[in-house]
Amino acid sequence: MSDLAAARRPDSPHVGLFVTCLVDVYRPTVGFATLSLLEKAGCRVTVPECQTCCGQPSWNTGDREATKRVARPLIDAFVGFDYVVLPSGSCAGMIRYYPDVFQGDPVYGPKAEQLAAKTFEITSFLTDIMGWNDVRASYRDSATYHDSCSGLRQLGIKAQPRALLAKVEGLELVEMQRPEECCGFGGTFCVKYGEISDRMVTDKVTDVDTTGAGTLIAGEVGCLLNMAGKAKRLGHRVKARHVTEVLAGMADTPAIGDDR
Amino acid sequence: MNATSHRFKQNAHDAIADEKLKKALSTMKVGFREKRAAAIAKLPEFEALRDAGRDLKNHVLENLDHYLMRFEERVVEQGGHVHWCRDAEEARQTILRICRDKGAKTVTKGKSMIAEEIALNHFLEEKGIVPVETDLGEYIIQLRHEPPSHIIAPAIHVSKEMVADAFRETHKQYPADRPLSEPRQLLDEARDVLRGQFIQADVGITGANMLIAETGSTVIVTNEGNGDLTQLLPRTHIVLASIEKIVPTLDDACTVLRLLARSATGQEMSSYTTFSTGPRRPEDRDGPEEFHVVLLDNGRSGMLGTEFQDMLRCIRCAACMNHCPVYGAVGGHAYGWVYPGPMGSVLTPALIGIENAAPLPHASTLCGRCEQVCPMRIPLPKMLRHWREKEFERNLAPPRVRQAMNAYAWLATRPRLWRWYTAAVARGLALWGGKRGRIASLPLAREWTAVRDMPAPEGETFMQRYRRQQKGAR
Repeated sequence: MSDLAAARRPDSPHVGLFVTCLVDVYRPTVGFATLSLLEKAGCRVTVPECQTCCGQPSWNTGDREATKRVARPLIDAFVGFDYVVLPSGSCAGMIRYYPDVFQGDPVYGPKAEQLAAKTFEITSFLTDIMGWNDVRASYRDSATYHDSCSGLRQLGIKAQPRALLAKVEGLELVEMQRPEECCGFGGTFCVKYGEISDRMVTDKVTDVDTTGAGTLIAGEVGCLLNMAGKAKRLGHRVKARHVTEVLAGMADTPAIGDDR
Repeated sequence: MNATSHRFKQNAHDAIADEKLKKALSTMKVGFREKRAAAIAKLPEFEALRDAGRDLKNHVLENLDHYLMRFEERVVEQGGHVHWCRDAEEARQTILRICRDKGAKTVTKGKSMIAEEIALNHFLEEKGIVPVETDLGEYIIQLRHEPPSHIIAPAIHVSKEMVADAFRETHKQYPADRPLSEPRQLLDEARDVLRGQFIQADVGITGANMLIAETGSTVIVTNEGNGDLTQLLPRTHIVLASIEKIVPTLDDACTVLRLLARSATGQEMSSYTTFSTGPRRPEDRDGPEEFHVVLLDNGRSGMLGTEFQDMLRCIRCAACMNHCPVYGAVGGHAYGWVYPGPMGSVLTPALIGIENAAPLPHASTLCGRCEQVCPMRIPLPKMLRHWREKEFERNLAPPRVRQAMNAYAWLATRPRLWRWYTAAVARGLALWGGKRGRIASLPLAREWTAVRDMPAPEGETFMQRYRRQQKGAR
């Protein structure tokens, strides 16, 4: 049976894919890579058309009402799936906060609980839920992995991407000195406090550069835009890629911020 | 001390330009973090101990009045005095009264963040009483007329050359050409100066890391032994402590002690852990004749029952700031008041008003490292977000932020318009980026492109490509 056939098996879990707004705009490849990985793992995948943004910008700014407005249609669109998967720890983490956003709401409170319980970041979903690690990709370069904060500390994502990347043929993973240090993106933080963010991202890409790795991998497009943007400004030659591009064998496109 | 927390951004700008500070902070960051990690690796029950610490303090905060009153009873039984002070002014006046009663001309001081909070030194000087800091770090910043930049290492921003300059300027009794390039020389000189002060002082003021209800004891942890000399040699000992420092029993105090030094300096215990219980008894060979405890509220009771109550579990170990990338970039002075770093960004708005500290809750990427290392499991990022929400509710957020959020929510709830808009952005930026695949200067994102390139999008959005593929497949 082909992968596609397996994916269409009626007993395979029905996954709602939320590509996230940054992937939608900046890095569609990540959306297709995630879709492909989910299908390889035996899921039936639907991409609801009405998806926009998870509400992080307003939630982290302190605007609870705006967050509710943004989250309600998303909850309705996604709550019916077996699972909801995102190629981002911070957006998956945001959906895990929905019960807090709708605390005391008799209608959306319970729905938010349901949705939060079945929402996962992609590498964690493949590893922890699907028990899938049949990675058949190759990537001939040394790489270093940046642990994005929400994924790492809110969702406990650390071993999963590394375990999957270990199965990529030709890929040699080297660790930074401080892979868990925040890159300074922080959503609106990077423009609210540009100078502080600059100090943080400078430290980060210096750490990356010191490893000598040719590729910088992370599971969060926001962090990647920040780190790739700084690395380019400093003239570093490192290629920035989302973990799904490498795992799905879709790393033949130019890396983030690279020449076309 | 006049708070400059509202100018955090400018303060941070100045701090980032300071190369000496950058060097000091990078050394500090590595030192404290590695020592803490090593100490915790040797204690398998550390995580369980954190749970115990959290539960203990939660229990105390639910029964704060009960334990404080028991503490007072025990202090009084042993011949001490307890002074309840609602705010900084009451605490200052109480201390002044005690000092004047004793005809005090000089007071020695152990390290106390509460003394910083009520700006005690400045006040005493105004009233003609000379306060002498005896903790080396505090002594250095007292000579330099500046506030601490870290809650356990107050002079972390000062290099040894800067210390030598301060000593030469102040200690005129020594030859001008004496060598002061080595830490040992600085230490010996400070010790020589301070010895005389310890003997002369009429009153000794210390802080307290804990107050113990069952025994009426106060506890300080120090590494220099200065605290002991401060409280044992003068005739009067004043303990200045905030109300949330109370724990029920000696056993509970030990739970906190096991967490405190490991989280702070990576020591198993600090060099000195000193318990003080009342004034000198007839059979004691030394100790103060009078023992006063000044109990300060200063806004803390107002945090009880609110979303900020958990902050009162804080034991002032500084692990949050030692691990904070923002603190690591700007240091403590940028935060503009007494308490810096994540704990300061939560506590300062509660104590001096959010309107005076509006930028602080935003001075974080919410990376979560602080909560990860907090021995008391204080959900600091969650509380920073709560402050942001308070600002929003009270209309303190800038109008343009409000407008931006409304526009964002308006667009995000109109998927068709959103699709059109995101497609235009993706297309526009991709064209702008051209063959280079990145943009060096973008007028609408100047804060971004001032320091880094903006990687260009691929061109089409995911949704555009996906929809086309779906149509093709049909």
